Amino acid sequence: MVTLNINGEQHELDVPDNMPLLWAIRDVVGMKGTKFGCGVSQCGACTVHLNGTAIRSCVTPVSAAKGEITTIEAMAEDPVGSKVQQAWLDLGVAQCGYCQGGQIMNATALLKRTPNPDTSEIVDAMAGNLCRCGTYNRILAAIERVAGKEDQA
Amino acid sequence: MSRSDDKLLLANVSRRRFLMGLAGGSALVLAARWDMPLANEKAQFGAGAMPGGWVDDPNVFIHIDSDGTVTVVNNRSEMGQGIRTSLVLLAADELGADWDRVKVRQAEANQEKYGNQNTDGSRSMRHWYDPMRRAAAAARLMLEQAAANQWSVPLHEVRTDIHKVIHIPSGKELGFGELAKAARGLDVPGRNDLVLKTDDELRFIGRESGYINGKLESAYPKAIDGEDIVTGKAIFGADVEVENPLYAVIARPPVYGSKLESYDDSETLKVPGVQKTLEIEGTGQPAGFSPLGGVAVVATNTWAAIEGRRKLKIQWDNGPAGDNASYTSESYRKALEERAQSPGRVIRENGDVEGALKQAGKTVSATYYMPHMAQSPMEPMVATVVVKNGEAEVWAPVQNPRATRDTVAGRLGMDREKVRVNVTLLGGGFGRKSKPDYAAEAASVAQAFEGRPVRLQWTREDDIHHAYFHAVSVDHLEAGLDSDGNALAWRHRTLSPSIGSLFAPDPEHKGEFELGMGFNTMPFSIPAIRLENPPAPAHVRIGWFRSVYNLPHAWAIQSFAHEVSVAAGRDHRDYVLELLGPGREIHNLTVGDGWNYGEDPDMHPIDTGRMRAVVEEATAAAGWGKELPEGRGMGLAFHHSFVSYTAIVFDVEVDDSGNVIIHRADIAFDCGRQANPERIRSQLEGACVMGIGVALMSEVTFKDGVVQQDNFDTYLLPRMPDAPKEIHIHLMDRQDEPMGGVGEPGLPPVAPALCNAIYAATGKRIRRLPVGDQLKA
Repeated sequence: MVTLNINGEQHELDVPDNMPLLWAIRDVVGMKGTKFGCGVSQCGACTVHLNGTAIRSCVTPVSAAKGEITTIEAMAEDPVGSKVQQAWLDLGVAQCGYCQGGQIMNATALLKRTPNPDTSEIVDAMAGNLCRCGTYNRILAAIERVAGKEDQA
Repeated sequence: MSRSDDKLLLANVSRRRFLMGLAGGSALVLAARWDMPLANEKAQFGAGAMPGGWVDDPNVFIHIDSDGTVTVVNNRSEMGQGIRTSLVLLAADELGADWDRVKVRQAEANQEKYGNQNTDGSRSMRHWYDPMRRAAAAARLMLEQAAANQWSVPLHEVRTDIHKVIHIPSGKELGFGELAKAARGLDVPGRNDLVLKTDDELRFIGRESGYINGKLESAYPKAIDGEDIVTGKAIFGADVEVENPLYAVIARPPVYGSKLESYDDSETLKVPGVQKTLEIEGTGQPAGFSPLGGVAVVATNTWAAIEGRRKLKIQWDNGPAGDNASYTSESYRKALEERAQSPGRVIRENGDVEGALKQAGKTVSATYYMPHMAQSPMEPMVATVVVKNGEAEVWAPVQNPRATRDTVAGRLGMDREKVRVNVTLLGGGFGRKSKPDYAAEAASVAQAFEGRPVRLQWTREDDIHHAYFHAVSVDHLEAGLDSDGNALAWRHRTLSPSIGSLFAPDPEHKGEFELGMGFNTMPFSIPAIRLENPPAPAHVRIGWFRSVYNLPHAWAIQSFAHEVSVAAGRDHRDYVLELLGPGREIHNLTVGDGWNYGEDPDMHPIDTGRMRAVVEEATAAAGWGKELPEGRGMGLAFHHSFVSYTAIVFDVEVDDSGNVIIHRADIAFDCGRQANPERIRSQLEGACVMGIGVALMSEVTFKDGVVQQDNFDTYLLPRMPDAPKEIHIHLMDRQDEPMGGVGEPGLPPVAPALCNAIYAATGKRIRRLPVGDQLKA
C-alpha cells in the first residue's frame, strides 16, 4: 500500500512502489487533469508539484512522492496558480490545451520561487515544457503579465 | 435544406463575379445575396462536394432551453484551431445571443444528420460559415415570429436584441427562453425569407479582440473551453469516464508490412495488473486506416500494460514487408537525388525550357531535401471502445468521425448504424488524427472483452515509430537567366512518395491533389516553365501532415527563388515581385490544377495581386532593407495554399556557435473574409513555431525499415527558446473576398523564409532540412 497526499486529501493505493505517479493519479485515483505526453520527462505535460516544486510525474515513482502533491485541479484555489490561470484566459494562450495544465503547473512553481523573473529566466524555466501547437509566445506573455501584476500589488 | 435543394441546379453564377459587380461592400452583399444561387454550393465544389455536404437546419444545430440557455451543436473536431468557439460565435452573433449564456455540444459521428464532419484541409470555417449563419438566422426569425404571434402584431414590428425580442412600437420584451417552446413549434423558414445581419450589426464576427501583437485589446468573447483547459477539467481522449475500464497497449511490427511470427508472454503475465495478451490482426499493405497488427497487452492500468509489453518476446516476419525491410533514409535520399537528374512525367509546360536553358547566359540549379516527420500531437493516440450486444460505442479524439465510424464498423463486422462515435477534444491533430487506426485497434481489443470498456493507449514511442509520416522529398530546380538577370526558364522536378500508396498499389507519382499543393500552381511569370514529377516509391505509411505537400513545394520554390535573385544580383523582394508580375488571376485549370483544394476556380483563382500584397505588407512591416548588425539577416518567403495567401519575413541572428536566434517574425496573411481574427492570429503564431521545428530540428529517419527516433529526446520539436522573440501578425483586410483556409497556410513559407534569413545572416545556403548542426563549425 502506498499513501499519496493529493491536493490535501489522503489516498491509500494498492499499487507497486515503482508505478509512476502519473499513472497512479490518472488510472488509480482517477484525476484526469495531469496528462501523459512522453513518459520520459521530455515534454512536461505531466507536471505536478511535490512540496511546491514542479516535478515530472511520469518518471517519479509513487514511493518517491512523499509529501504534498498538488495538481492542476487545485490551482484555482492557489493564490499564484489562479492568477496564472487568469492570465492564460486573458491572453487566449491555449490552442488544443493538452499541454497547458503542465505549463501552468511549471509557470506557477517558477513564479512562487521567483515572483519577478526576467525574460531569460522564464524561457529557461519553461524550456522543458513542449507545446506542439506552438503557443510559446503567449505563454511567455502570460507569465510576464502575472509577474507585472504582482509588481503592482 | 440540403444540397438537393432545387435552387442549386441554377447555381451557375459566379459569386465572385457577383461580388465584384457590387460597389456597396460586403455588408450589402451579405444582406442581399441570400436569394442568389451561391457558387460555393455548386455540387462539384466546396462544402457541397464533400461527403454529406452541408446542413443548415436550425433544429439540428441550435437548441434554446426555457431558461434561455442556447446550446449550439458543433459538428467539427476541436484540435486547437478554436472551431468550438468560432462556429458557436457565428451562431451566437447571428442569433443575437448573449455570449455568457451560450454553450456548445459536440456532435457524435453522424454525417447524415450533421453534414460533413471531416476536420481536415483547413475547411471548417470556409465550408460552415454560411450554413451556420443561415441556421442561426432561421432560428432568430422563428423567435421573432413566436413573439409576434404572442403579441398578435405583424412580424415587421418586432426585432431581436441581445437574448430577447422587442416589440418596437410598445417596447414590450420577451426573452429567448420565454419564446423557445413556441418557436420550436414553428416551421423552419425558407432561405428566401432569411435576412442575414449586416457587418455593422455584428458583435463578434470579423471583429478584432484578444491579444494582438503583444497587446491585450479585449478578453471578450472568451474561448468556449478556456476555463476547462486551465483548470484541468477539459475532456481529451484518455479523460473520458467509463465504468471499470481495461487498459491496453499494442506491440506493433517495426517494419511496414512485417507480420507477427510468434511471441512469448510468460514474463508479461507476471506483471501485476496484466490480464491478458492477444494477437491483433494486421491488414498488410496498403494499410489505409486499418491496424498494423501485433500483440496487445491488456491490464488494469496503463502502466502495467506498458510494463507488460516491455517483457514480451516477439518474433517478427519481415518477409511480407518486401523491400520495406531495407528502407534506409540516407540511401533513399541519394537515390531520389540521382533520379532527379533525369526527366520525369511532365505536369506543366509553358514554352521551350530546354532551349531557353541552353541560350541562357547564366544558369542556377539546386536540390532541396525535406525529411520524414511525425505529426506528434501532444496527446498521443488513444481510444476507448465498449462492444456489447452487437453494438459498439467509441470515445476518441478523431479528426474524421465518419471514417472512424466506418473503420470501426468494418473491423467489428457491424453495420455503421451499430457504432456510435463520441468525439472528445483532440490534444492536437495536425493530420495524424485523420487516420483512425487507433480506434480500430481499440475495437479489436474490446471485442475480446464483451461489455467491458477498453482504453487503447499509444505511447510516445508508438507515435513516432508508427506515424503516418510526412513524405520525404527531393526537389531539383534549374533556372536560366539573361545577361540582366531576368529569368527566362524555370524547371522543377519534384519527387516524393504519394499518400495514394496508403490506399492502393503504390502509384509512385504524386496525385492531382498532391501536385495541386503549390507545385503546378507555381505563380511566377517566366517565359519557359516545365514542371516534372519523376517516380518515388513509398516504403512506410505516408499521410497528411499539416499543410501536406505544400511543405516541400514551398520550401524548394521559395528557397530557389531567393537563390536565383542572388545569382541575378538583385534584392530578393524586388525580384520576386517582378517574377510575380503585375496582379493577375491565374485560373487553376490553366496550370493543370483541377483540384484547387476542392474549391471553385472561378471563385478562388490564384490572384498574384493578393500574393504581391502580402509580400509587400510583410516586408514593409519588417523594415525590409534596413541595416542589421553583422551576423544578422532577413529572409522572405510566401506561398498560396488552402486558397489563402501567406508571406513571412524573419529577422535572424546566427551566433558564433552556430545557434539560430530568431529576433522577429512578420507574417502577412490574406484568407479573405475573417470569422474570428483572434484565432486566426493564434493559428499563424502556432504554424510559425511548428515551421521553425520543420526548418531547424524535426526529422524521422529509417534504417532497414525501422524508425531511428524513439521519443522527444531524439525526435526534436521546437521549445520556448526556439520561438521568435516577437511574432507580428498582419491580417489583410479582404472582407469582400470568399473565405480561405487558416489552420494550414501559415506553415509552408516558414522553413524557406528562415533558411533565406540564415543565408542573409551568414552566406550559408541550407538545402537539406532540418538545419540541425549544419551551422556549427
